Amino acid sequence: MRGDRAFLMILPASLMIGVIAIFPIVHAFRISLDRRMPVFGISYFVGVDNYRFLLQDSRFWQSFLNTAYFSLLSVSLELITGLILAILLHRSFRGRGLFRALVLIPWAVPTVVSARMWEWILNSEFGVLNYLLQQIGLLSAPLNWLGDRTLAMFALILADVWKTSPFAAIILLAGLQMIPEELYEAARVDGAGEWQIFRRITAPLLLPFMVIALLFRTLDAFRIFDLAYVLTGGGPASTTESLSLYAYTLLFQTLQFGYGSTVAVATFLAVLLLSAVYIVVFRRQRHG
Amino acid sequence: MDRRVGRVAQGAIFWAILTGLAVFCLAPFLWQLLTSLKPTSEVGTLPPLLPTRPVFDHYLAIFQHRPFGRFILNSVIVASLTTVSCLSIGSLAAFAIAKLQFRGRHLLLFAALSISMFPSIATVSPLYLLIRVFGWRDTYAGLVVPYTTFALPLAIWILWSVFREIPDDLYLAALVDGCTPFQVFVRIFVPLAAPGIGTAAILVFIFAWNEFLYALTFTSTETMRTIPVAIALFPGLHEVPWGEMAAATVVVTTPLILLVFLFQRHIVSGLTAGSVKG
Repeated sequence: MRGDRAFLMILPASLMIGVIAIFPIVHAFRISLDRRMPVFGISYFVGVDNYRFLLQDSRFWQSFLNTAYFSLLSVSLELITGLILAILLHRSFRGRGLFRALVLIPWAVPTVVSARMWEWILNSEFGVLNYLLQQIGLLSAPLNWLGDRTLAMFALILADVWKTSPFAAIILLAGLQMIPEELYEAARVDGAGEWQIFRRITAPLLLPFMVIALLFRTLDAFRIFDLAYVLTGGGPASTTESLSLYAYTLLFQTLQFGYGSTVAVATFLAVLLLSAVYIVVFRRQRHG
Repeated sequence: MDRRVGRVAQGAIFWAILTGLAVFCLAPFLWQLLTSLKPTSEVGTLPPLLPTRPVFDHYLAIFQHRPFGRFILNSVIVASLTTVSCLSIGSLAAFAIAKLQFRGRHLLLFAALSISMFPSIATVSPLYLLIRVFGWRDTYAGLVVPYTTFALPLAIWILWSVFREIPDDLYLAALVDGCTPFQVFVRIFVPLAAPGIGTAAILVFIFAWNEFLYALTFTSTETMRTIPVAIALFPGLHEVPWGEMAAATVVVTTPLILLVFLFQRHIVSGLTAGSVKG
């Protein structure tokens, strides 16, 4: 099959990817070497000065640590929740389709909307969570979920786990469906218990799918913006400010296009590094 | 006897965990629904948990006192245009990669995969400058073009995996009958891949409906806002008007819930193909 027309068929997609995705990334690198504040008519080349400043910028490091902490915790929790969901939804039972649809709902809801929903549930005065916890006697006084340094991060993680566990569940469900039923039957005939079957058959065969879910979810968590922007606004006192949120504040609130791009590029590099690490580890695991 | 008790207990645990997780998934939405039906005087008090008398004031308010109809229209237009353009461009590319031999086809797949990993924040400022140059601020094009680009990886990967499954013989036979590759694509592959195209359409539509950062940055007037931007910038001078907010989130979420219930199977298979089959 020769592809004389192939060029025309891939042209629109290549053009869009080139002009709207690759060029802006390259351009972001370029801008990150400038001191640029368009509203004040300031724009000149400063070389790596922004990067030198970045290394000493405690707010950058704070947001980096916030993002890493958030990603680590929320991704681990949602892989566990996702795994439980996948195992339950893999069994055949009446109403399975209905339940599969129900747990997909958080995935389909816009992040901004889910942030507003959780903001209302976690409201310190009128929030239903405080009310219920007080009713069952777990709390004696309402907690200020979104106004407390430690609790605000947990609130963010809770809302993210709610929103994204279905995605992990779907990937893992696909993995479960690929394990041949005969393997389980053979193991049962040999007298293996449920836990043994999980450890010896399900877990190892599911591992590649765990890695894929982990890769996609970590990259996504590392880019967190919408949720933090609406739910906590990065507060209190920048304790939930993510890399993307800090870059956004620099770019569009203090209008520092140069340094803002530096932080954005650093975010990009962090994500790139993460995916490279995953791919190397995954390859080794596959072949070794 | 013991085994039967064991099985019943296992069944009870299974249903208890499943119901618990389903309630966890649904609860925030249900709470918004209840709040949206409460009169303003009951929104800020607990108890009662349930509205003593359901009212639709908040729903009326968001459509009468705020341009919520306009926001929904904006989102529908942007998401539909994105879906159409993304699938036209994406299916052509996916067909070429799956069935035509040419240099660099794997490069295009790889490029698509890598751009799906870009953090939007890294592209938003250069895109903002580019969009200003084109005069696309506050236009549908200013959102549809970037959305199309960043939904392309999803569309290309799903459709590529669908086209790959269609036998090469069909393609060769049609060529022998005198079709051009483009005619083969339109007349044979598009109809055969219709379910896969539908799946990709739902996923692209939901992506465009939910996108926030570009919509926030590339629009400046209120009448051009999409729903996520409207919800994020929901005005309230001192406090958020929670009754109206609840009504707004219910209005936005309900069509998505319907989509999920109608196309659950397609969504699951699409997400699986898009992320696992690589």
